[in-house]
Amino acid sequence: MKDNSRRGFMGKAFGGVGAVGAVASLFAMKKSWDPLPSVKAAGFTTLDMSNYNENEVITEKWRGKPVFVLKYTPEMTAKLDEKQKERTIVIDGSHYMVNIALCTHLGCIPSYEKDNKKFLCACHGGMYDFTGAVTKSPPPRGLDIPPFKIDGNTLVLGEEGTEYKFMKENGITL
Amino acid sequence: MAHFTKATSIKDWLNQRLAIEKVEKVLASEYWIPKNINFLWAMGMILVITFVLLLVSGIFLLMYYQPNVDTAFDSVNYTIMREVGFGWLWRHVHGVAASVVFLIIYIHMFTGIYYGSYKKGREMIWISGMLLFIAFSTEAFSGYMLPWGQMSYWAGMVITNLFAGGSLHADGLVEWIRGDYVPAQAFLTRFFMLHVLLVPLAIIGLIGLHFGALRIPHVNNQDGEEIDFDEESKKYLAGDKAGSKVIRFANDFMAKDMMVVGFYLVFFFYLVFYHYGFAMDPVNFDPADGLKTPAHIYPEWYFLWSYEILRPFSTDVGLMAFAFAQGIFVFLPFLDRSPNAVPASRRGLFKYWFWAMLVDMIALTAMGKLPPEGIFSTIGLVAALGFIGLWIALPIITYFEKKA
Ligand code: HEM
Ligand code: FES
Repeated sequence: MKDNSRRGFMGKAFGGVGAVGAVASLFAMKKSWDPLPSVKAAGFTTLDMSNYNENEVITEKWRGKPVFVLKYTPEMTAKLDEKQKERTIVIDGSHYMVNIALCTHLGCIPSYEKDNKKFLCACHGGMYDFTGAVTKSPPPRGLDIPPFKIDGNTLVLGEEGTEYKFMKENGITL
Repeated sequence: MAHFTKATSIKDWLNQRLAIEKVEKVLASEYWIPKNINFLWAMGMILVITFVLLLVSGIFLLMYYQPNVDTAFDSVNYTIMREVGFGWLWRHVHGVAASVVFLIIYIHMFTGIYYGSYKKGREMIWISGMLLFIAFSTEAFSGYMLPWGQMSYWAGMVITNLFAGGSLHADGLVEWIRGDYVPAQAFLTRFFMLHVLLVPLAIIGLIGLHFGALRIPHVNNQDGEEIDFDEESKKYLAGDKAGSKVIRFANDFMAKDMMVVGFYLVFFFYLVFYHYGFAMDPVNFDPADGLKTPAHIYPEWYFLWSYEILRPFSTDVGLMAFAFAQGIFVFLPFLDRSPNAVPASRRGLFKYWFWAMLVDMIALTAMGKLPPEGIFSTIGLVAALGFIGLWIALPIITYFEKKA
């Protein structure tokens, strides 16, 4: 009896120490899978906006992700409705679409149809208009807008400027 | 201390120390197999052999493969395929085996479903089998990342995105799994680790569990007959081999098993030498490019059915349907409410359920490969709804099934 209670105590003590060790190791393992600081730090891209031609999609790169930049023609700008205007970035009088080029469904890159002025995702048939707003499911929302800051005629991706903060607060992008 | 005597032979020496005779009896000569089974019962052995083929070819690939985003593609497509003597052989064996293993797994599963081999004490066999299926799926997916071609990259992107859980937007979880914002070096190295160490270890452990689970209930038979293995084996050992319903696993049953394995290996190496193309996606012969999506992203054929269940719905519903499809087979022993463990042909409505499920999954597989347009979308949607409907119907039709 005495032996048993002593063994019981030893078992519990071991279990307790073991549990602390297990939780600590799980924490370490979780942390080991986190993105490295160097990966997180390399996060800014600067774009010179005078380089873009009208109605031509250029794919830039930010944090390893492709970003579409599309400068509107005057006709495109004239046709914008309220919702489309909200998604549009105005720099130095010109209107641009700057969106992360990954379909919000499962992350394929949609392609731009120059003549129809819309984006088509071949993976599961999703569609977006030229401002990146979704027009055909499965994508649940328009293309995401990366954090940006307007600086004269340049655009810095990765920094949150006032225009971006406004879009975020009003649910225009995630 | 136990008492040891001077050994009379090497066998006796080993026997005193390792009881090899007893082990041999337990594992082989007195492990009893019903006589009344057909070639479909050889699928398990074929799976073991295929796993060994994967292991051996994998070990040779591992000697030249480089898990680095800059060199992985060339280490496979140039070094292994062109420079290493017979490197192409290991790669083709590995690729063909990775594909064929799923064909055999599906046959093995549907054999089990047809003969009711997942109930009356055989539930753990079924559950450990489904865990093996999950482990093999993980193994195949992680292996597919390694050549770092376009399909590796984009399949990696799309599949890891599933973990964001649609509207839950668990982007942090996705980045955690990848170790980066997009699939990159951290992603490749961790999937390499999974592919060559952790998942194969889990598979070996699960194979042990699967075999252990077979031990007490023994394998089922073509009639679902409940055999008294003690009684029948006594008959056999007493010399009434013809009257007994069972035979020894080795060498008696093994002889038949290995014959089926022989036919399989001829088929397998025919594929390896003359028809390996189906196991190598042409798109994956372009190196990974994060700025260009291939026109169509589709998984290998063995994942198409569950992929097609995801596709026709909006993100959230699709994810739920997909999770349902992935998980539901595990619960089969409990969703089938009938106690009858006999072939489906003698089970009333269940017979139609079985064939409907098989045809539905083949339809899903076919539609998954085709572009999601027009009539294909519609057929895919109907088949996806059919899949879910069949599982909802299962407990009901089996509850009302007459005792066979
Ligand atoms: C358990 C079953 C296994 C499955 C289903 C499987 C599946 C795959 C697949 C689909 C590929 C990509 C095929 C290709 O593009 O050539 C692959 C590649 C690879 N596998 Fe496996 N594998 C398995 C076991 C193993 C084992 C046990 C090892 C080594 C210990 C291994 C080592 C490798 C290596 C180094 C590669 C990259 C070379 C290449 O892509 O050709 N595999 N595997
Ligand atoms: S990833 Fe674009 S529609 Fe699915």
